Order: sequence, then structure tokens, then C-alpha cells
Amino acid sequence: MHMADALLSPVVGGAMWAATAAVTVYSSTRVKQSLDEHKIPLMGVLAAFVFAAQMINFTIPATGSSGHLGGGLLLAILLGPQAAFLAIASVLTVQALFFADGGLLALGCNIVNLGFFPCFIVYPLIYKKIAGNRPTPGRLLTGSLAAAVVGLQLGSLGVVLATTLSGVSELPFASFALLMQPIHLAIGIVEGLVTAGVISFIRQARPEILEKAAADQPLGMVPIKPVLAGLALAAVLTGSLLSWYASSHPDGLEWAIFKVSGYEELDAPEVGMHHSLESIQEKTAFLPDYGFRETAEHESGRLGTSMAGLIGGLLVLLFGIGIGLLLKNLALPGTATRPRNA
Amino acid sequence: MSHHIVEVRDLKFRYPDQTPALAGVSFLIRHGESVAVVGANGAGKSTLLLHLNGYLTPTDGSVRIGDFQLTRDTVRDVRRTVGMVFQDPDDQLFMSTVFDDVAFGPLNLGLTPDEVRERVEKALDTVGVTHLRKRPPHRLSTGQKRRVAIASVLSMSPDILVMDEPSAGLDPRARSQLISLLRTFHHTKIIATHDLDMVVDLCDRTIVMHEGLIRADGPTMEIFGNEELLAASCLEKPLRMQGCPICGG
Amino acid sequence: MPAKIDRAFYDIGHLDSLAEADTPLHRLDPRAKLLTTAVFIVSVVSFGKYEIARLLPFFLYPAVLIGLGDLPLGFLLRKLLIVSPFILFVGIFNPWLDRTVLLQLGTLDITGGWLSFISLLLRFILTVGAGLILVASTGFTTICMALEKMGAPRIFAVQLLLLYRYLFILIGEAIRMIRAHSLRSFSRKGSISFRVFVQMLGNLLLRSIDRAQRIHMAMLSRAFTGKIRVIRQFRFGYQEVLFLTGFSGLFIILRATDAVDLLGRLVLEISR
Repeated sequence: MHMADALLSPVVGGAMWAATAAVTVYSSTRVKQSLDEHKIPLMGVLAAFVFAAQMINFTIPATGSSGHLGGGLLLAILLGPQAAFLAIASVLTVQALFFADGGLLALGCNIVNLGFFPCFIVYPLIYKKIAGNRPTPGRLLTGSLAAAVVGLQLGSLGVVLATTLSGVSELPFASFALLMQPIHLAIGIVEGLVTAGVISFIRQARPEILEKAAADQPLGMVPIKPVLAGLALAAVLTGSLLSWYASSHPDGLEWAIFKVSGYEELDAPEVGMHHSLESIQEKTAFLPDYGFRETAEHESGRLGTSMAGLIGGLLVLLFGIGIGLLLKNLALPGTATRPRNA
Repeated sequence: MSHHIVEVRDLKFRYPDQTPALAGVSFLIRHGESVAVVGANGAGKSTLLLHLNGYLTPTDGSVRIGDFQLTRDTVRDVRRTVGMVFQDPDDQLFMSTVFDDVAFGPLNLGLTPDEVRERVEKALDTVGVTHLRKRPPHRLSTGQKRRVAIASVLSMSPDILVMDEPSAGLDPRARSQLISLLRTFHHTKIIATHDLDMVVDLCDRTIVMHEGLIRADGPTMEIFGNEELLAASCLEKPLRMQGCPICGG
Repeated sequence: MPAKIDRAFYDIGHLDSLAEADTPLHRLDPRAKLLTTAVFIVSVVSFGKYEIARLLPFFLYPAVLIGLGDLPLGFLLRKLLIVSPFILFVGIFNPWLDRTVLLQLGTLDITGGWLSFISLLLRFILTVGAGLILVASTGFTTICMALEKMGAPRIFAVQLLLLYRYLFILIGEAIRMIRAHSLRSFSRKGSISFRVFVQMLGNLLLRSIDRAQRIHMAMLSRAFTGKIRVIRQFRFGYQEVLFLTGFSGLFIILRATDAVDLLGRLVLEISR
């Protein structure tokens, strides 16, 4: 499931962007170094394949619902982790821009959940370990299933965590996770079955493709160390961004509380690792039931401000719509040319 | 020695899975000639074309393009000399706008941006699609795509044009416009096709391939007049050379 | 299902053709639009979760852009509606979970949950809308070029371009496959069984791999050496500077100060 901008706070979104950017740069460098120039068109076309394949649905027997391919694991098997990560990242970028699936701020989050987990965690650590390079049908199925299920559980957990950390939704961590994880268990099983099915189809029809894919990425190509290092980096980056933000700015919740309870000033932030860690801990620990409630009674005169705020806001909104309409009418005769028919 | 020449000598090729595709092909093409390569599906036309721009290297025998014997070292020079127009323009036009596509080759040749622009404009003008410059290829008609594909090769100023089925998938008008366009080119042309009527319009010479070998090589009209040869090669006389079914003429 | 694919197909094409128009907004350097959009989105999502009033002025930006770029409002709204279910799914719990009354309008009690739900919807409309406007006024190709100019790895930018280029062709192939299937499946209006589904995907994948090979061939025959080059000149002139600093400044002022509130009070004061 795609994470959405509106559910994210800038810190969480920004940290995920930073992590994604780091992995993208790393992957690009690796792909460039290995200089398989035939992979350049292959990556692009396979990304387009995933996109197109996601639009074909099959009927899940006895449920009436339908399933489709996610594609992260399949691409990792065909292209290797780095190239597959870039391909998935590009699919998600196009989806964000054209289908508004997710959103621009959430893009980093989605790339981590649907690209990083399948390509860099699940593929090398689970699929490869079980299936190896020339899997038997049984191993292929087990490997794909295990990898896809774990991958989607991680991805779903990512959505839940990011949402909870951002604090926009009221859903407590546990209930949200309880809602999301089982759904993604089912999605993961479907993904594993489809991946195994497509791979064995290819193996029957054109075995040389898989031979070549395996030969292009010798076992040593996905060393565990950089993966772990990358994870650690992402964690540190997220952590430090969070703490920096937490210590220098009130986050969304605090902001609201301070506004309502009338505190004008914040204590000068204490700088330092200890303090930062502590503040992260505080935040993560009681975020779910951290509320507005205790302070709600203190709000005398709140109504007045809110009314003023609403009126002011509406005025500016009307003003904006006016300008928009004006511009649109002005634009019509001269400057704007209607595009040719699609 | 003439510069623009294609010389293929006893060319043999097997695919990695040992399927034989070419079983000893030899011919010589002189500067400015326009030659058709015809034959049934699987006769080896496409495999032959892929040797002419060095995508495949001979299992045995040799290919010489201009002054370059085709080897791994000369493959870049060969590709600069031979402009290859592929059958499916969607494969050939891989960039996201017409301009970028036509500029792709010249940029790889290391020309300056100004030179590139000049070449692109000229190539687009030659095939008459200057107005499509900014369009993405997926929003062009097949005829337009074909023209752009040709422009993308012309912009590299090749000496030899090699085309695989240039008239396939075109409506009758686009087809005849394409034929008129190709007539204006003074390049050496090698055209692989099933469209024998187009061959009559464009090529003085025809090479007939059958099962990896050259079955016949000679003046087009002579070859198309030989019904026995055509039948043995799974081909049919061009429509315009067949008798009129109505008046029996 | 085929109807859904056709629709998606049409929508991409339509966004793409909108980007071909020639308006002051379309003529701006893509980097200016990209950066402004980024500032906009970050400003919008950085508000507290109960904020409503101070989000409203942000509608100024899409309104002005839709005007400047002569973009079709109805189409953009429909796209918004299509992607709204996930947000609704997550947000709809807020009114249940947070029942503290925060605001009273006359006799009407408004709870924190409703406030945050409405706020969530506003953010959703603003952020997704800004993204759509960016694409509709800039075009995907140009955005990719801008990304590359701004430091994204070239291989990634090239990936995006190739994906976008072949998207249309592969979706076309997928549509033809589904159509062929539904013409021959007489039961249950063309629902696809798992077996058939896997074979369809397998075939589509094989075709894609073959196509990639032919594209590689076409690249090689045009002197490709592993690096994709393009000429693109962007000009970051005073209009761009004005657009970027003007809007970004406005967003930051709207975010950092209570200008809206002041305006509202002023109006209340005068009307008294």
C-alpha cells in the first residue's frame, strides 16, 4: 500500500527521502561501475513491464477479490538488487507523478518500503539463501513465498511506523499494525506465488534468460556489509534528523498544544546526543496517546481566535480563486494555446 | 579504391544454440547502388543485416564496410558508416522526444551542441517532420515514426542506409510517400523487405535469399520475371507484374 | 478491469498533452516549478494536525497556477478523487478515536477528531493537487531532465525516461492480451484465473526482454557507448527567480506567522 503525503510529517518524509537518495546514488554508482550497458534498456523496459503488469488482475478463487503483481522481488531476480532498486524507484516515481499514488513527499517512504526491502533485504538474505542460482521448483516456490511475505510485512510495517511517527492519524500503532499486517500477509502470499509462477514460466520457455541474469550477478555481488551499513546509515540519518527537528522545533502535536495552552515561548533546546536520544525515546514511547485532551479545558478565548483564523483563511482563499479565474480568462485568447488532441 | 562499398565474403553464422542462420553468403555492393534483399521468413535476411552494422560478428567469413574490415576494433567506425533503420520504429525511437532521438547519434559521435542541432534540423527537414520536433514518439502515427526513425539515422551522416522492412505497417499513402522520400536519397541502400512492389520502385538489383544462402543475385526485373526461381524461394511476383485479373492483360 | 486500464492509459496521455500547451506557467524553467512545489508540500504538511484555518490560504497556489497554466480543474479533481480511498481509510478513524471537543460553533460541538480529519483531507488535496499541477504544466520528460540537472544520478534519470517511453507500448500490449482473453472466455465476464494470469505475465515479460534487446541493438547502431546524452538548455531567468522566491516566501510567511489570523481579527474588528 502506498504511503501518502498527507499522512506524513516533514521530518519523517525528509528522512526517508534522504535514505532513498543515498541508496539511489549507491545503486547508480554500482550499476555504472559494473557497466553492463545492455542493462540500461533492460531496466527501463522491465520497469515499464512492472507498470503494465500491475494493471492486469487475476481473480483470487473463492474470495471474489483480485490480485496483481508488485514486482520488486521479480525485478531483483532478473536484474540484481541495485538495478532492480533503480527500476522500482522509477516505477514509484511515475506512479507518484501521474497517478498521485502516494505523493512527492511520501515518495521516499514508498521507495524504501517497496524497493529497498525487496531488493536489498529480502532478495539477498532470504530468496538467494533458499533458492540459490538454479533452484528446484520446490526451492523456487519456498524462496519466493518466504521472501515476498517478509518483504511485504516489512513494507507494511514501514507504512505503519511512518504514519505513527508522523502523528497525523489518530490510529494507535498497535491497532493500525493489526489492521495492516494481516492484509499484507495475504498480499505477500499472492506476490510470492505470482513471482514463482512467472519465474518458472520463463525457465520453461527461455532458460537462457535466467542463466544470464544469474551470471550477471555472481553471489558475491550483494555483500551483506554495505547493506547493513546502508541500513545503519538510514537509521542514524532518520534518528538525527528527528532529534534535530524535535529539539529545535515543536512538532505538529506540540505546536498545537502550545498554541492552545497559550505558551508563547519554548525553552531553549538543550543540544546534545543524550538529550536528542531522550527526546526520541519520549516521543516514540508515548506518541500514540499523547494528546490534546489534558490541555483542552484551558482554552478560553480559543473560539475567538479560531473564528478570526477561519475568516482570514477564507478571505485569502476567495482572493486566490478570484486571481485564478482572472488569470484563466486572461490566458484564453492570446497566450494559451490548447494542446493538440491526444 | 571506392570508399562506399560493402563486401561480404563467404559469411557463415550460427546462433549460440547452434541454429545455422547463414551458410556462406558472398556479395559486393558498389557505391550508390540500391539493393533489395528478399526471401521468405527465416531465410536469413535479418541475420545478414545484423552483420552489416556489427551487431553480430561472423562465425566464419568476412564483412568489409568501406575501408574497414569488420572486427571488434572497427565496429564503431562501421556503425558510423552504416545507418541502420530497424523494422519496429518503437524499438528505434527510445528517447522521449523526437528531437532527443534524432540528436542521440550525433551526440554519441562527440559533436558540439551547435553541430548537433544543425544536423538534427537538417535530418528532420529532409524527412519532412520538423513540426514534430517536440513530440514524444508514442504520440506519432506509424508513418511519422518511420520518418523520424530514418531521420535519427540520417543525422549521423551515414554513407550506407540499411533498412529492415521500411514499408511494413504503413497505410497506402504513407507507403507511397515513404517510397518517394527514399528515392531522393543518394546513399547506398540495402533494403530487406517482403514488399516486392516497393523493390520494383526503389531497387535496380535484388538478392534472393533462401535457407541461409543466396539463391539469386541480379537485376530486379530479371529476377521477378523468373517465376520458377520465385516459387522455389517461397516468393510471388509483384502485383503490378502480374496479369490484370479483370481484363486478363 | 480493462476499462480501468484504458482509463489509466488515457489519463497519462492526457496529462502529457496538457504539458504541451504554451502558457506563462509552461514556459517557466522546470527547476523553478519543482523547487516551489517542494517548498509548498513541506510547508503544508508541517502544520499541526488540527490546523484548518491556516491551510486555507495555501489554496492560493493551486488556484493561481491553474489560472496561469489554463489547466482543466475538473480533470484534476477527478484524479484526486481516484486516489482518495487510502487517505479516507486512515483518516476516518480520527473522529472515533479523538472525541475531545475543541471547538464550538453555536451549539455545534466539533471534536478534535473531526478537525484533524478535515485537516488531513485539506493536506491531501493540497499536496496531491500540487503534484498533479506540476506534471500537467511541465511534462514528465522535462521533470526528469530537471532532476538530472539538479543532481539526480544520470542512470536514474535515464531509467525514468525509458520507463516512460515504453510504458505506453507495454500497457498497449497488456490491453491487447486482456482483450484477446476476454473475447475467448465466455464465463464470468473475463475474470482471469491464476494459471492464465501467470502465463500472461510470463509472455508479456518475454516480449519485454526481447524488446529491450532490440532497443539495445538500436542504441548500439547509433554509437551508444553506455552513456545517454541529451541537449537541454534551461534558463533560470528573473521570471524563475521571481516565481520561486515569491511563492516560497509567501509559503514561509503563511507557515511561520499568523497573518491569516490577523487578517481575520481585522475584519471582525472593522465589522463591529
